[in-house]
Amino acid sequence: MERNKALRFPKRPFATHGGAKVPHRKHTANLESVVMPPPKQVIIPMQQHIGAPCVPTVKAGDTVDLGQVIGDSDSFVSAPIHASVSGTVSKLTTVQLPAGNKVQAVVIDSDGEMRPCPGLRPPKVESAADLVKAARESGLVGLGGAGFPAHVKLNVPKDKKIDTLLINVAECEPYITADHREALENSWAVLSGVYAIKELLSIDRVLIAVENNKPDVIKVLSEIAYSDSRDPENHVRVLPLKASYPQGAEKVLVQACTGRKVPAGKLPADVGCLVMNVTSVSFLANYLKTGMPLVSKRLTIDGSAILQPQNVIVPLGAPIRDVIEFCGGYKTDPKKLLMGGPMMGMALTDDSLPVLKQNNAILAFDEADAKLMEPTACIRCGRCVQGCPMHLMPTALERQALLKNAEELTRLGVMTCMECGCCAYNCPAGRQLVQAIRMGKAVVKQSSAKR
Amino acid sequence: MTEKLYVSPSPHLRSGATTRKLMGDVLIALIPAAVASVIIFGVRALMILMVTVVSCVLSEYIARKLMKRDNTIPDLSAVVTGVLLAFNLPVSINPLIAAFGGVVAIVVVKQMFGGIGMNFVNPALTARIVLMASFPSQMSVWSEPFYYLKGSADAITTASPLNQMANGGQLPSLGALFLGFRAGCLGETCAVALILGGLYLAFRKVIRVEIPLCYIGTALLFTWILGQNPIEHLLTGGLLLGAIFMATDYATSPLTMKGRIIFGVGCGLLTVLIRVFGALPEGVSFSIIIMNILVPHIERLTRPKPFGEEARHEKA
Repeated sequence: MERNKALRFPKRPFATHGGAKVPHRKHTANLESVVMPPPKQVIIPMQQHIGAPCVPTVKAGDTVDLGQVIGDSDSFVSAPIHASVSGTVSKLTTVQLPAGNKVQAVVIDSDGEMRPCPGLRPPKVESAADLVKAARESGLVGLGGAGFPAHVKLNVPKDKKIDTLLINVAECEPYITADHREALENSWAVLSGVYAIKELLSIDRVLIAVENNKPDVIKVLSEIAYSDSRDPENHVRVLPLKASYPQGAEKVLVQACTGRKVPAGKLPADVGCLVMNVTSVSFLANYLKTGMPLVSKRLTIDGSAILQPQNVIVPLGAPIRDVIEFCGGYKTDPKKLLMGGPMMGMALTDDSLPVLKQNNAILAFDEADAKLMEPTACIRCGRCVQGCPMHLMPTALERQALLKNAEELTRLGVMTCMECGCCAYNCPAGRQLVQAIRMGKAVVKQSSAKR
Repeated sequence: MTEKLYVSPSPHLRSGATTRKLMGDVLIALIPAAVASVIIFGVRALMILMVTVVSCVLSEYIARKLMKRDNTIPDLSAVVTGVLLAFNLPVSINPLIAAFGGVVAIVVVKQMFGGIGMNFVNPALTARIVLMASFPSQMSVWSEPFYYLKGSADAITTASPLNQMANGGQLPSLGALFLGFRAGCLGETCAVALILGGLYLAFRKVIRVEIPLCYIGTALLFTWILGQNPIEHLLTGGLLLGAIFMATDYATSPLTMKGRIIFGVGCGLLTVLIRVFGALPEGVSFSIIIMNILVPHIERLTRPKPFGEEARHEKA
């Protein structure tokens, strides 16, 4: 599949459909990130990615160093897991993750020294295959929230030609500024990661997609990207996007940047695009330089029940409670605790759960913000249809999901839904459309399993 | 952290729009036409308005109670139906008949089909048609504008401009038509007030403009093609009221953009066909009801293609 189109850089983004006018609430955008000291104990689940869970490679009583592998898997679609503190493994246990699945976890008592593993050194990366190997060893997963192992994405099949690398700095969820701060604080790492991937995978064009509510990021990254010494052909450019939810959703981002539509059930690679989150790219650059695997993560801590909203760089596996205490604790009794943003994040049952690789925010809300809207009858106003970036009819999907009509659900394209929540956000009747659609997906999966 | 947390599916943020706020906006948009109707047809217009609103709200309350369903009065939709029903009645109507119209609209057309959002035809328009069939003489008596200033009782009657047009009579001046100084139903006469209300609804994004624009545009074009005066067709009868407030009813118009265009064009064509070739002088009510019935079919034909499915279909 050779593409002979001349390399073109769009001056402005292509049109996308639907969306919701969500408030930005980026309270923490101008605050320097702070580093959290190691907590007393970290709980590290053996699955922090899409794919096969890892098997612990340590046992209770073992001494571990920062960055040491503590869990791995033979499966390709998986990512190894590293110790995020130095200390002693106190036990192996099971934790229930927010999605409801129970996984094994390694509990490490920190010795507070953060002593790096002596074996860590920068990987030798000279080819695309080396990059894939290095990405796997680094434990990197998609840091935008999906948690898809990065090396699987970077391992582009031979029959697919990637002509465009898209760096996702849209960060369209309200409150979250972790990518924003990453782009500002580590802008050189972002660009060096971009050039490394561009050169190793020989990608012609790089677009750094930033929502236009982050003018400082656009400015800083443009200045570096347009330097003649690094990129004389000027093939790396910043593309400001309209600040409109959900610009950062992969398929929407590909459409906004290239005008291409990822076919249903396919990946961006099928239309020649590789989409990477900005924090993933900058992490990869640091890994290539230092060899330190993914052991910490920048989180936005915000919400009406948080005393000091800010971005915190946290060791993975740190209990959420400790992170919030580090931010001054709760302002009032929290009534809702979210892992992720308010549009797609998951509500937690308690604050003892650990921070995961793909987390980018912990939000805590007071009673007023946590209160649910009582659903009333659908008035057929059509706001869900207008708002759907995937051109679906959420109200029709809801009805068919309640009827458990797998055939009609498939015809209406239920599997295309990415659960961005625009429909439910817009709904004046307060209907739980996303929940109904999730049930609809389960109905379709069940019925196709039966066949 | 002592107390328990709410755990609910995403999204955890809502726009703040509610059915009540939307219906409240519709009521605000109806105020100019309501004021105009009282100026043009006197205090009796206000009385009819109150009768239909009270009748609709009471009917909704009692019907929901009898069906053991939750009370839906606070969503204000019954109030909107009441106002729209009054707007579709002549001012001289017997208040008892007007009240009966409210019962038909709410109980028969709306609640018996499941309440708000479930009715397949417009409640106020269907009630009007039931009244036209049941009380034809009451429903075709038209009072002159400002009759109440002329001393005598309520029964100075005249032909409606549409009738005059159908019979080749003399119409009021364009300016008078535009301000609504003509015979007709309560709320349909004052073009200025109706357009103001329509602009408010469009500005507040309560309605999408496809239906009114396609409806009115088609009607103007079609009457012009047939050699009639499009402006007279626009300003006589209930075209503006129908296009702005009746055809845009959420429950009975298509969910899809293309569907709304087809719906609007269909309403326009049918209205002109009935007015020009039919036995009745007015065709707005029937054309909207006919298109209401076609909505499920229009929606099926105009269902949007899910993102990225075009390619799949091409291959297949």
